[in-house]
Amino acid sequence: MSAAVSIAFHGLAYAMVLYLISVGLSVTMGLMGFVNLAHGVFAAAGGYVMTRLINGYGVPFPLAVAAAFLAVGAGSIVLERALYRRLYGADELSQVLMSVGLIFMSVASAKFLWGPLAQPMSPPGYLSGQLDLGFRTFPTYRSFLILAGAMLVTLLWLGLERTRFGARIRAAVDNRRMAQSIGINTSLLFTWTFALGSALAALGGALGAEILAIDPGYALEHLIYFLIVVAVGGLGSIKGPFFAALLLGIADTGFKYLLPEFGAFFIYALTLGLLLWRPRGLFGRA
Amino acid sequence: MSIPLETQGLCKTFGALAVASGIDFRLERGARHALIGPNGAGKTTFVNLVTGVLRPSAGRILLDGSDITALPQAYRVKRGIARTFQLNTLFRGLSVLENVCLAIGERLGVAGDLHRPAGSRRAVIDQAYVALERLGIADEAPRLVRELPYGRQRLVELAVALGLEPKVLLLDEPAAGVPSAESGIIIDVIESLPPDIALLIIEHDMDLVFRLARRITVLVQGAVLVEGTPREIAADPRVREVYLGEHAST
Amino acid sequence: MSDATAPPAAPLAVELLVRSHRLRLFELAPWLVAVAAYGLFPDYLSLGSQILIGVVFSLSLDLILGYAGIVTLGQAAFFGAGAYTAGLLAAHGWGEPLSGLVAAGIIAAILGFLSGAIILRTQGLTLLMLTLMISFMVQEAANKAGAVTGGADGLQGMEVWPVLGLFRFDLLGRTAYLYCLAVLFLVWLAARRIVHSPFGRSLTGIRENEARMHAIGSPVFRRRLTIYTIAAALAGVAGALLAETTQFVALEVLSFERSGAGLIMLIIGGVGRLYGPFIGVPLYMVAQDRFAQADPVYWDFWIGLLLILVVVFARGGLLGFVEQLWRKLRKTP
Repeated sequence: MSAAVSIAFHGLAYAMVLYLISVGLSVTMGLMGFVNLAHGVFAAAGGYVMTRLINGYGVPFPLAVAAAFLAVGAGSIVLERALYRRLYGADELSQVLMSVGLIFMSVASAKFLWGPLAQPMSPPGYLSGQLDLGFRTFPTYRSFLILAGAMLVTLLWLGLERTRFGARIRAAVDNRRMAQSIGINTSLLFTWTFALGSALAALGGALGAEILAIDPGYALEHLIYFLIVVAVGGLGSIKGPFFAALLLGIADTGFKYLLPEFGAFFIYALTLGLLLWRPRGLFGRA
Repeated sequence: MSIPLETQGLCKTFGALAVASGIDFRLERGARHALIGPNGAGKTTFVNLVTGVLRPSAGRILLDGSDITALPQAYRVKRGIARTFQLNTLFRGLSVLENVCLAIGERLGVAGDLHRPAGSRRAVIDQAYVALERLGIADEAPRLVRELPYGRQRLVELAVALGLEPKVLLLDEPAAGVPSAESGIIIDVIESLPPDIALLIIEHDMDLVFRLARRITVLVQGAVLVEGTPREIAADPRVREVYLGEHAST
Repeated sequence: MSDATAPPAAPLAVELLVRSHRLRLFELAPWLVAVAAYGLFPDYLSLGSQILIGVVFSLSLDLILGYAGIVTLGQAAFFGAGAYTAGLLAAHGWGEPLSGLVAAGIIAAILGFLSGAIILRTQGLTLLMLTLMISFMVQEAANKAGAVTGGADGLQGMEVWPVLGLFRFDLLGRTAYLYCLAVLFLVWLAARRIVHSPFGRSLTGIRENEARMHAIGSPVFRRRLTIYTIAAALAGVAGALLAETTQFVALEVLSFERSGAGLIMLIIGGVGRLYGPFIGVPLYMVAQDRFAQADPVYWDFWIGLLLILVVVFARGGLLGFVEQLWRKLRKTP
């Protein structure tokens, strides 16, 4: 029983991180039809910005996280305009290769700039230690992660449902040509959506640094999990990846705890089964 | 003698939207049949259902009397249905000759050969060339399709469908967007098709329709409004009403 | 109106197409180079064998990717399956290399057929993901079945017998090189045959416009499954070559890095042109041999950059670039 609660708790925290990182990928893939395998680079970048600011310059935690969000968001705009834009209509293979090239460059750059080891990450004093809820204690940081994650997800969903920006995204994902014909500037929309998705990934990477360590190979190591969340959740969907992240986060944590020998294999088999059953993802457009 | 193509109560819905409602349709042997209707009436959808691109929600499709409703697209083609698409759907990176070769190769059943028997490939290419000559585009044979102007590509589209030597031919707006030089050729080719081919043509150009068709079906919002000879259709007040709105806006 | 038999002076377009399969002079070049290398670089024959094996692997990838247009990141699953098949045979008393190759090809083909049958109905990202899942599952299975495969330590104790009973695998790598060259030659013959056959042309059609292929009555799924199975067999043969010539099988034969490297080498050379691997693989591997040891970080960075530049500016790789140049030169009077 206690094991189940642990698995659910840690799985949930992991799921929050996975979702924050992957939701941007789902939207840009659904919106621009671009297979961006390098999305994890933004998460890693966010983690590096935050940890370097905290460890190297003593910047307080909330500020460092905000800096990660903004800096990576801004940087992604440059990347989108300079590079991604050129391949929007291109075939799938070209997009895959371009993003793989980007991963290679980022992995090498990170290793060169900050060395091969993972960046040390310790949460600020007020978020470390244990939280005593009477019946059980939980690690404070992970509890914070779950709460912060839930808040951000709610903000995101409300934002996409209630704001005009959100409406435009949903329209363009649904039918790009139609959206253009009613006057939505899809080019600008792509850029802002890309920036938001990348900034969210940076946020996920930064906040989740305690679960997914920030090392040079980050973008490659965790790529498969980001892709699983998006593919199983459904491209272009915003709610789909949330449930996929929950499924993956809890299943992965559960397997690692109960069946450490075969954990990864079952995750892949589960994904295989889910994708064969629902090729467009759980919430993809039919 | 069975009817080449027939649909019974053909329906297709996307969620709440019904794009085809209970369509009963017969295409007789040697038919010259036109399918007309306002934009969005579901004409292309009907062709998609008949050829197997879309699965119907209800109803039956019969080819030469046998039920093909569940048959995948490629198998229907093998049974003798061919179509052209509303927008050119060709192998743009291949030559004009290659495009038609692929179709003829499939028809002759040699397209799946992994090793080449020396004779069969030659036969395919020669027949493809002849098909291009018939459409007056033999000169373009070695050129890549994407290098051709749209009108010439449309002729290739027609050549590909004719290369399949179908019993039932469905042409989706064959002359749309085509300059008069090429559309003249298209009309001539259609007029000189073998008399036993059953032809269904979707068209907006009324001159073309009245020139080519012996029977017309009018489709409105996914359902058959009326069917009859060109004279009956021209005189029908309901048809006028459906088109009056269009004429008023042009 | 002319009938089906060709008129006496068949038009040029027809003649060109009929003769398009004929051997052209430049197609002999790779073999001349390979034989020359044997004589000129006796100290580098093991690298040479690696290159030849890489060409076989990238050729298998070119067939599905370049011709049929199936984007896969999991080709290493078949490479590794072939490697372990040949390896296990040799480690358990049957070290005959040629039959090891055949067995590897068959096992890899079965794996390709089964996995292809379940995943080839999908497309796009879903298909890509499924190829990854299959590949990762095979890798995990091999990892966990350490008792059989040697796990992370690799498969030990392989004893490969002399080729045809005559040519022992020597320490200088001479037999290995010629063995790989002979196998590559046969694989190339097969690939070339396939590509120029009606089947091969229909694959190009599937890549160019799948909707049209359905509309001309082509059994698209069956064709894709066929080439996927054949390519899997060829990848398995490449894996077996690696196992037999090095007498060792490590887990990395199943890795994503192996799939990715094969892909990169193919892209650099040029996809869908049959000869891309013959250019891309040697270039990549020789460069890697020289530069990657010195500074692997630099290597990753520049390969990444090269990949991006190729994709943005020279999508057809080196061969595509040469083709464009050739076309421009022929146009200028």
